[in-house]
Amino acid sequence: MTTAQSRPHIAGQQPAWAGEMAAMLDAYQQAGGDPQALQLPEVATLVISGEQVLAAHEIPGVHFEAEPLEHGVRARIVVEPEARIERPVHLCFGVIPAEGRQEILADYEIGPGAQVQFLAHCSFPNAVRVEHTMQARIHVGAGASLTYTEEHFHGPHGGVDVRPHAEVVVDAGARFVTTFSLTRGRVGALDVDYRIDVAEGGVAELTTKAYGTGEDRIRVKETVRLNGERARGLTRTRVAVRDSAVSQVYTSMEGNAPGARGHMDCTEIVRGQAQAHNEPLVVVRDDQAQVTHEAAIGAVNRKELESLLARGLDEDEAVDLIIRGMIR
Amino acid sequence: MKAPLLQIEALTLRRDGRPILNQVNLSVYSGQVHALLGLNGSGKSSLAYTIMGCDGYIPDSGRVLFDGRDLAGLSITERARLGITLAWQEPARFEGIPVGRYVGLGMPQPDREQTVAALEAVALPAKIYGSRAADQTLSGGERKRVELAAVYAMRPRLAILDEPDSGIDVLSLVEIEKLIRRMAGDGSAVLLITHREELLATADAASLICAGQILFSGDPQEARQYYSARCRPHLKSLGAQPWDATSPEAQAALDSNGSLRSPVSGQTPEG
Repeated sequence: MTTAQSRPHIAGQQPAWAGEMAAMLDAYQQAGGDPQALQLPEVATLVISGEQVLAAHEIPGVHFEAEPLEHGVRARIVVEPEARIERPVHLCFGVIPAEGRQEILADYEIGPGAQVQFLAHCSFPNAVRVEHTMQARIHVGAGASLTYTEEHFHGPHGGVDVRPHAEVVVDAGARFVTTFSLTRGRVGALDVDYRIDVAEGGVAELTTKAYGTGEDRIRVKETVRLNGERARGLTRTRVAVRDSAVSQVYTSMEGNAPGARGHMDCTEIVRGQAQAHNEPLVVVRDDQAQVTHEAAIGAVNRKELESLLARGLDEDEAVDLIIRGMIR
Repeated sequence: MKAPLLQIEALTLRRDGRPILNQVNLSVYSGQVHALLGLNGSGKSSLAYTIMGCDGYIPDSGRVLFDGRDLAGLSITERARLGITLAWQEPARFEGIPVGRYVGLGMPQPDREQTVAALEAVALPAKIYGSRAADQTLSGGERKRVELAAVYAMRPRLAILDEPDSGIDVLSLVEIEKLIRRMAGDGSAVLLITHREELLATADAASLICAGQILFSGDPQEARQYYSARCRPHLKSLGAQPWDATSPEAQAALDSNGSLRSPVSGQTPEG
């Protein structure tokens, strides 16, 4: 483990990194995280601010290796085979200043048979011009289960350029479930790119939620290749855009083996001058595979809207409630 | 005699060139359950949407008066804020909106106790259902009951219930009928839309609608007899969806005035 501290403990001491840590804890809370959880000894924690690793707390079965780069951190996160990690592993990434660049090169190795959840919060509360890139390689070993929940908070200025990219390999009988949410504060520019290969009997479920306003730009690209027999894939994309925001969703699902089943489900709600674009791609290379797709792009469903109006809500209140529910 | 809370006068509606409602007259009073009975495609739901002011349901002629006020030009929200609401026959599903929140939407102030009471009134335990989403994970019957709870929690002056009994199991139906009576007992006017004669037992008054016309208004028992005698014989043609007054079956069922041919005598169709 290459890191300055093993615990994010700041009470009673004032080392150089303490102020940064306090700011990160505030940012973590703004992104929806619970700072108290970062203090618990039984919770594995990795906190990275800019190119600094502020805390890396390991627990039995979970190990971190981290080294600083010029503009970020290279991190390796290992969960031992057959490990059953009871409490979610907390990851906190962020940039506190108004300007900056953070590049995270992350390598996740989930051993065969392991079960683990990650809660990742990425916060850029003061961003006016911040670039954040996550280039992840995720390997979920045979029979393992990884749930990865990532929430972002980008502050009110819309000055963040975020690129979460991941190459994921889901081995036989393994399960990979991920949820990405960017629904508070401004988006800025978001470019999600996930490519997932699923082996025999494996499962991949991806949920992406974003709410763009102002001049925000949202691009979501998800590719799921169901390569093994009876592999399962599901993508759920929920995007709302208003003002002059633009969303582009490209989802691709391949059924490449007998018994593979995939489904893509996309809803994009458009308000004002905003624009939404959806391009699903379905590829089936085996006559016993099946991939389905459904999409609803455009205005709020009229029946949903009228149902809420009939309770006395005005149109803005009703639309906001529907959107907030959708991306919740 | 007190004035009706809802008064519909000579209401006519066409959609996509088709006649949907034709010279409809109807009066509903506060504290009264008024059943509107008709076959599928007879115009019941269209009348409900027109009263509520839904998109595409602007009358071609006639008036809808609520407490003496003409509702023409009022939005759904404005009508709801006057105290009118509608329980949809097939309620919308909402991702991410908890049942408890949905039920409380029409309350002036969110009230947990009132929400719990409303859910229990439709036999849905708040502990189990309050935090569940009002989405596709609910069965059709559960979602219907949530819709009725939301209407009840709102304490509306006029509740339009569009086929509240459809998709509801027999045991829950008893609770639904009790709830309808309770709403009237609390002073609400209830327009109860149904195609099941049995539900007329819940009503204080009833009207029959066929092919967009009110054929009879009066005592629920008489309405039931009228329905059996005059509507059932035309079931085949009247059951067509959507109603097509120009079809050969409909032409055979209608007289020269556009009313249903009557196998019985002594009844004067209204409207």
